[in-house]
Amino acid sequence: MGYDCVVCIKYVPDTQRVTGEAMKEDGTVNRAALPMVFNPEDLNALEQALAIRDARGGSVAVVTMGAPAAGEILRESLCRGADRAVLLTDRRAAASDTLATSYILSCAVKKLPHDLVLCGRQAIDGDTAQVGPQMAEKLGIPQITYVEELLGLDAATIRVRRSVGNGFEVIDGDLPILLTVMDTANTPRPPAAKRIMKYKKARAPAEVAREAAEALGPDADPDAVTAEAEKRCDALRGRGLLIDQWSLDDIDADLTWCGARGSPTKVHRIQSVILAGGQYREHPPTDEGVRELVAELIEDHTIG
Amino acid sequence: MIDVNRQGEVWVFAEQEDGRLSDVPLELLSKGRELADRLAVPLGTLLLGHNVEGLCEALTAHGADKVYLADDPRLEHYQAAGYRRVICDLIEQHAPQIVLYGATPLGRDLAPTVASAMWCGLTADCTDLQIGDHKPPGSDEVHKNLMFQIRPAFGGNIIATIVNYDRWPQMATVREGVMALTDPDVSRRGEVVRCAADLDGVAMPLKVIDSQRRPKRVNLKAARIIVAGGAGVGSKDNFRLIWDLANCLGAAVAGSRAAVDLGFVDHDHQVGQTGTTVRPALYIACGISGAVQHRAGMGESAKVLAINNDPEAPIFSVAHHGIVGDLTDVIPRLIKTVRSGAAQKT
Repeated sequence: MGYDCVVCIKYVPDTQRVTGEAMKEDGTVNRAALPMVFNPEDLNALEQALAIRDARGGSVAVVTMGAPAAGEILRESLCRGADRAVLLTDRRAAASDTLATSYILSCAVKKLPHDLVLCGRQAIDGDTAQVGPQMAEKLGIPQITYVEELLGLDAATIRVRRSVGNGFEVIDGDLPILLTVMDTANTPRPPAAKRIMKYKKARAPAEVAREAAEALGPDADPDAVTAEAEKRCDALRGRGLLIDQWSLDDIDADLTWCGARGSPTKVHRIQSVILAGGQYREHPPTDEGVRELVAELIEDHTIG
Repeated sequence: MIDVNRQGEVWVFAEQEDGRLSDVPLELLSKGRELADRLAVPLGTLLLGHNVEGLCEALTAHGADKVYLADDPRLEHYQAAGYRRVICDLIEQHAPQIVLYGATPLGRDLAPTVASAMWCGLTADCTDLQIGDHKPPGSDEVHKNLMFQIRPAFGGNIIATIVNYDRWPQMATVREGVMALTDPDVSRRGEVVRCAADLDGVAMPLKVIDSQRRPKRVNLKAARIIVAGGAGVGSKDNFRLIWDLANCLGAAVAGSRAAVDLGFVDHDHQVGQTGTTVRPALYIACGISGAVQHRAGMGESAKVLAINNDPEAPIFSVAHHGIVGDLTDVIPRLIKTVRSGAAQKT
């Protein structure tokens, strides 16, 4: 027995650490200046999958869609205990909204054995929490969102506790099923030292290609770069360190539903939230200052 | 996906639980009314459940012209599969131009699956909706009278306006508490459209084994004055000051996420992106630095008084009045002044 788990993860800008420089002069977000992180609740989804595998057997595969730089969190997942990592990268997937993203991810998940599909509750860059439920619909499997605790699991059914804001529900669901996991569900295990030693060298082919190009320098013959990249990929593959890399063709995705073309939502306008600052009335922290403030609030009927 | 239908109605999903409507659908109806009037189309509402016909009146009183009622024992407890089927069938049949859902745990579970099944767009957690025109970059075509779906994004650092001009309906979830709840008008009349729920062959793969909900003990949304404390309050003992100030003002007590995480105050009191959104007449922020996530929950307050010992704290950017100082010193002075002021008046 055992359960095959697929965990969908995202490499996101750390929106909790946005600083002044992170906004460009035109008021748009300067993504380049933001540190990138493993989306926090995806770590809880990964931990849940690893806990199931460790207790009941099976496997854990992680999938991320993004630029080759997202290889970083695939490596981290391997270090934390994942068995397999897949980088889904394709320029034609750029500018996908949640619908197109869920379509593409569902095509990838279909290529992997899955009794359980796990996602973080939401990603901190968009906070939409939409991709999980949309994937479940595309996969034709049920979903349980806001999962806080796994209570039971047998061959056909899972029992979980989910948060509903002002309380909780205990739900039984038929497998295969998709879960979105909350940060309160568990404490993600740290990467294991032994696994770090092994997997820090793991690379996806797109990362290898970039490293090969850097190694040979800007004047190198493109064929030589390709040959070097292939050589390096072969070496990694031999040691089990080549991260799977899939394009939209590899997952048989219909391009109609991918990227900007497959995305019904369009941005009309972006405004940055500018801290005005200095426009409030300052009252000194003295009896006199406080009296003046209270008098004013009573005067305009705000209090009293 | 349905085609663009300019005559399509505006719809609001009427979330109910155990036969009771929450505030969200009613808030959405007042916004929906505004959008429907602007577009000169009827406002419809979708009521799914079992033995819920009694709720139609309240929906009509809050602005609905039509209530699409699907009453079926299989819809008594929410589950995405059944609700999705009924809603998708209704959308295909009536081709509404807009469908709104509350951004509640249920709405955020349901709406994405409807969007996925319909291959249409969905914008999460909107804080405002407007009607306007959109010209796609590089195109001469102007799409008139679209729903502008306005929401904070990127951790609240930007405000994005999203449109969906080709694959309809235009759908959005809307945060609880951001749309004003208007008073019901019991003289309003509406039509109840009974809809058969075609659920044969729809697998119901989930079973609710237990459900525990405790009513929110704190009604921050109704409070005229809110006194809120953050991490800067320092300790649960110091948080007593927040309660004292609230008591003498007849105010409700709130906390930032940091204050809740530190155990100073219960989660029911949390204001901000993951808590309640409030719009009181006066919001007194004590020892709250004012992270974007917090400001998202209180930025609509009519007046904000910030008390903080850090003059650079972002909370001052949304404040109308500010006191830079130690709150353990300032709050007792405030309490003393308010009490003496009240004494003078009586």
